[in-house]
Amino acid sequence: MAKLILSMDGLVLKEIPLTKERLTIGRKPHNDIQIDNLAISGEHAVVVSILNDSFLEDLNSTNGTLVNGQPVKKHFLRNNDVVELGKYKLKYMTDLQPAAGEFEKTMLLRSGTAKTPAELQLQPTTDPMTRSNIGVSSVSKQPAVAASVPTAAVQLLNGPNAGRELDLTKTLTTLGKPGLQVAVIARRPHGFFITHVEGRQFPVLNGEVLDAQAHPLADHDVIEIAGIKMEFFLKA
Amino acid sequence: MKLSDALEFAVRTDPGRIRSHNEDAVFSDAKLGLAILADGMGGYNAGEVASGMATTLLATNFSRLLPAVFPYGARASDGALVEQHIVSEISAANSAIYHAAQRQPQYAGMGTTLVLACFYDNRLCIAHVGDSRLYRLRGGEFEQLTRDHSLLQEQLDGGMITAEEARFSQNKNLVTRALGVEEGVEIEIRDHEVSPGDLFLLCSDGLNDMVEDDELALTLQALSGNLSLAADQLIELANDHGGRDNVSVILVRAKADYAVPRGWWQRMLAGLK
Repeated sequence: MAKLILSMDGLVLKEIPLTKERLTIGRKPHNDIQIDNLAISGEHAVVVSILNDSFLEDLNSTNGTLVNGQPVKKHFLRNNDVVELGKYKLKYMTDLQPAAGEFEKTMLLRSGTAKTPAELQLQPTTDPMTRSNIGVSSVSKQPAVAASVPTAAVQLLNGPNAGRELDLTKTLTTLGKPGLQVAVIARRPHGFFITHVEGRQFPVLNGEVLDAQAHPLADHDVIEIAGIKMEFFLKA
Repeated sequence: MKLSDALEFAVRTDPGRIRSHNEDAVFSDAKLGLAILADGMGGYNAGEVASGMATTLLATNFSRLLPAVFPYGARASDGALVEQHIVSEISAANSAIYHAAQRQPQYAGMGTTLVLACFYDNRLCIAHVGDSRLYRLRGGEFEQLTRDHSLLQEQLDGGMITAEEARFSQNKNLVTRALGVEEGVEIEIRDHEVSPGDLFLLCSDGLNDMVEDDELALTLQALSGNLSLAADQLIELANDHGGRDNVSVILVRAKADYAVPRGWWQRMLAGLK
């Protein structure tokens, strides 16, 4: 169950569990969270919760609503977001770990369980990306893997591009000539691995021909693919 | 060219890093040109039962039905009939799972998602229920051909949530349709033409919830020369990103044209090959 923690000047005033689908915030007494302060509008904002997700919407308040310092009209709340109304702060906290074993189990949502945006009077977002599919986003994707893995590169040792370096920043980097011989270096949480992809010849690692399995790469290993020798090395 | 010569398949299913059970079920048959993937749900082992029933029933029935109804292979002009058979077989599987769940208390409430791909005459018929997906890589373009039957997709369609916000939603696991939970089921079915070189990915949400679309596309592009390695890599990616759910993938590549031979002489030639 997500909750909001109301505070002012670092002093916690109240903890509000988000049990209602529509939780109103404002100066007037009929609000679910009443903040009796002149900087707060009569009906200032609303938090709409749909199962495990919550949205904050400013109800055209006079002084506006900030989330993490930015003014917002409508905002999808994420764990630890700080909502500011005048001098008051509301911290949004959600349990990221539901009961063990039940985590993200697929469940059927029977029709009528969740209300439609219209029923909850939630404003549609005016984002041009809105109608695209889940997961398709123009924002650069975080390689979740990357954090713990050092960066590495290969340097070509012969051929016309001898001396050139190729950074292994992507999760997969293919090397070789398509149709002739291709190998791939995968960047994984526990290191870099080379695997044969296609072609009759297999990659050679430190003078030994590899099999079809993935092989871990160590600093200063020498790889040979399609007649090109290259050195793998870790970067500081 | 015969379906089994024109299509290349790679199939993997893995329980992931957290779960002890695998509630996903997969089936593929190059001769029939059929790929089926189901992601079960329900307590104890009921999810496995539901997804297992769905794939087994459909696989068995299609193995009998397709050669009987289309002895020379279904043609593009048979599209409507192919769709009809798919819908009626999926509906039958739905009833079977539903009634099993009704009869046996330990299976109460079980259900499963489904994505089914049927390849015929340079075409592909896709049927799906729930949030298991089918993507296509054509040239450099990676596209999701199915639309999830999920709360999140409804919210996206309704404009309540942006695609960026949806990535952080806690409501990813809620489907609005499933097989076996009601007496009837609404099946979404679409027909697409297929070009040689197309690569199709069927997957359970254990893959696409863990791995961004860009990275799926990159993997398929980089490893398109080795389908089996690409399938392994997709499973590894999901597990490297946490592997919080069962993960299944079916890759199907159309290596060549698979138009059904038209006249008797072509059929005879095809038979001799």
